[in-house]
Amino acid sequence: MIEIENVHKSFGALEVLKGIDLTVEKGEVVSVIGGSGSGKSTLLTCINGLEPINTGRIVVDGTEVHAASTDLNRLRRKIGIVFQQFNAFPHLTVLENVTLALRKVLGKSRGEAEEIAARQLGHVGLGDKLKVYPGRLSGGQQQRMAIARALAMSPDYILFDEVTSALDPQLVGEVLDTLKLLAEEGMTMICVTHEMNFARDVSHRVAFFHKGVMAEIGAPDQIFGAPERPETREFLSNVR
Amino acid sequence: MFNYTFQWRQAFRALPEMLDGALVTLQIAVLSMLIGMTFAVILAVARNSASRWLRAPATAWVEVARNTPALFQIYMAHFGLGSFGIYLSPFAALLAGIAFNNAGYLSETFRGALRAIPDTQIRAGRSLGMGQAQAFRLIVMPQMLRISFLPTMNQTVWAILMTSLGVTVGMNTDLAGVTQDLNARSFRTFEFFALAAVIYYVIAKAVMLASRLAAWRMFRY
Ligand SMILES: Nc1ncnc2c1ncn2[C@@H]1O[C@H](COP(=O)(O)OP(=O)(O)OP(=O)(O)O)[C@@H](O)[C@H]1O
Ligand SMILES: [Mg+2]
Repeated sequence: MIEIENVHKSFGALEVLKGIDLTVEKGEVVSVIGGSGSGKSTLLTCINGLEPINTGRIVVDGTEVHAASTDLNRLRRKIGIVFQQFNAFPHLTVLENVTLALRKVLGKSRGEAEEIAARQLGHVGLGDKLKVYPGRLSGGQQQRMAIARALAMSPDYILFDEVTSALDPQLVGEVLDTLKLLAEEGMTMICVTHEMNFARDVSHRVAFFHKGVMAEIGAPDQIFGAPERPETREFLSNVR
Repeated sequence: MFNYTFQWRQAFRALPEMLDGALVTLQIAVLSMLIGMTFAVILAVARNSASRWLRAPATAWVEVARNTPALFQIYMAHFGLGSFGIYLSPFAALLAGIAFNNAGYLSETFRGALRAIPDTQIRAGRSLGMGQAQAFRLIVMPQMLRISFLPTMNQTVWAILMTSLGVTVGMNTDLAGVTQDLNARSFRTFEFFALAAVIYYVIAKAVMLASRLAAWRMFRY
């Protein structure tokens, strides 16, 4: 369970998160939508401790992320994150991209790591690309590799930050299909997305962010069908 | 000039002696690169540091190394330090001068390589549970190596050629020094220096060729 309680976060004088409260249960898929600069990405990087917060708390399975005593390296093993920019490691093959952390962080043997990696890469449809360098892959393939890399660590949670935004339109589908598959398998996910159809079809709840505030949260039917807040209505009328 | 007759036989007879000199040349070049790379890393870190007291001397070093003649740098190591009562042998002065020069150039090479690798690479590593140092070692360093490998090998060739400046501080065991001595004894200036030039050329070409081959083998992406 991820518990976010009254989180405030500033970059210098700019307050980016203005008191966010959100609890995500095990097995839940929550989509986060909202305008550019509303703080969606920042929230994700706060959840896995890449960014510090000013006040409030984020607790993951009972561990407070920003407590001084928290071993973030250990905590991050159970929180996967996939970014908009795929962040492939260009000097490693697709297989090595996935085995690196399995071996160097989880301490698995090469054989075991390669077995896990090959299985995860097969899962996202890259079983025939193991020996290829990321530079030779399409954007969609690189993004699926990044998803396999995160999944290989067997995280309990995965955070997706607009994983289809840097892709050509014809490649978006293959990545969204991968996410759908994960959701069906019961993975706990927070998906920042601009894909409204995906948010409606796949998520249990949809959160709408506006200027650093979570303006509205509810079931997809409610958010898309009967939004309560004028900001939500305006945002949705603009994206459709 | 017109009554100068080439006498190659005498030059070729001195070839073993010159090749011994070439070994010393290589020795200085390799040592100067090892020392230079070590200081280059220190300079690069210092120049990126928040403290002016680290940044200023590092910047001065790099500026002088890159914008003054190598000859001047070697002179300073020998005569400059000598006037402060620190006497370096010709070998040590030559080594120090070239290492100083190498460090200046290589620190810029390393800094450029570091800048070329986006922060997001470290973030991706940290997101997978790596520590900062671990992510740097496993993700950033290998990519830096590729970017800086050929420039570093270029500097190695430059270091080999710079060793010839040692004659100006009395170095007489390296290729240039040996050649100069032979010339002084025999006055077969053209033959000896032509032969020395060929040896420098062959070494320089061999180093670059070997580097290209190594780069091609190492960096398959
Ligand atoms: N490292 C940073 N330093 C300073 N300001 C930042 C930093 N990261 C984000 N910001 C600012 O914080 C605000 C929120 O950024 P954030 O990336 O969280 O928005 P977002 O909702 O993800 O937007 P988008 O849909 O464009 O990705 C923006 O104004 C942004 O410029
Ligand atoms: Mg964002």
